[in-house]
Amino acid sequence: MSETLTIAGRELTSRLLLGTGGFTRLQTLGDAIDASRAELVTVAMRRLDPSAEGSVLDVIADKGVQVLPNTAGCFTARDAVRTAKLAREALGTDWVKLEVIGDERTLLPDAPELLAAAEELVDDGFVVLPYTNDDPVLARRLEDVGCAAVMPLGSPIGSGMGIANPANLTLIVEQAGVPVILDAGVGTASDAALAMELGCDAVLCASAISRALDPVAMARAIALGVEAGVLARGAGRIERRTHARPSSPLAGMPEFAE
Amino acid sequence: MIFVNGKPHDMPDHATISELLAGLSIDPEAPGIAVAVDSEIASRGAWASHQVHDGAHVEIVTATQGG
Repeated sequence: MSETLTIAGRELTSRLLLGTGGFTRLQTLGDAIDASRAELVTVAMRRLDPSAEGSVLDVIADKGVQVLPNTAGCFTARDAVRTAKLAREALGTDWVKLEVIGDERTLLPDAPELLAAAEELVDDGFVVLPYTNDDPVLARRLEDVGCAAVMPLGSPIGSGMGIANPANLTLIVEQAGVPVILDAGVGTASDAALAMELGCDAVLCASAISRALDPVAMARAIALGVEAGVLARGAGRIERRTHARPSSPLAGMPEFAE
Repeated sequence: MIFVNGKPHDMPDHATISELLAGLSIDPEAPGIAVAVDSEIASRGAWASHQVHDGAHVEIVTATQGG
């Protein structure tokens, strides 16, 4: 794996993307951006509240990171496309983390709507990073319509359940011709490390960091988890065995009298 | 009357998006804002000339913290 991650021609040195949801203070968000070393930071698009003090955009500008708007909260392709266009107009970026949700309780993606929205946005010139199920066929279809990356979930958003189906994630990684970014489900640093060990190109975290007892420390821990996973993947892990394989020589054992 | 972010709002006839924003104490020069009128995006360059018709549904959005 190369030192850098390239998405749609843009080179990133960090393989950790940070979601800004859930931070209770903007100061903590800023510190977590520093600690995570993330270069891509997500935001949601919502109605303007003129009375709101401070803005996530001020923090993002201050830290010099790239904003990645999402379409969170959209349940149809139509609404997601409109939200992406509003984000492009508001933020001057044609990058979008595409979310089209099919179920309120699990927040799992709606596959047909997601694919339709992805195709329409790609045709309109967007760099589309779709949040998708851990379904290798859907991931391939999203790549086929021109998505710049695929972002399979590990487990439901905010659940902290880690990678529920490592086998599917491995299948997605094996076939993908675009970066695979694990999105959703990370609960702690070891989940992020596992994602990278399985061959993901990056990890996106929000709740795992923002809702940790110490978000800044967790941001650093998960960044190190990502780094450890990359190193471990490159180092080539040993095969799993059913039985033990001694690591000390069998020959030359001393004999002890009864 | 028009609707701004879902709420009824009185506005003079032929007022533009720029005038609407000014009336709401929103700086039209501030970055990070987008406006849609009846689900169609009104580009920033057109705010000064785009008149909002009676009964229009206007959405004014910006970035907020999110996933």
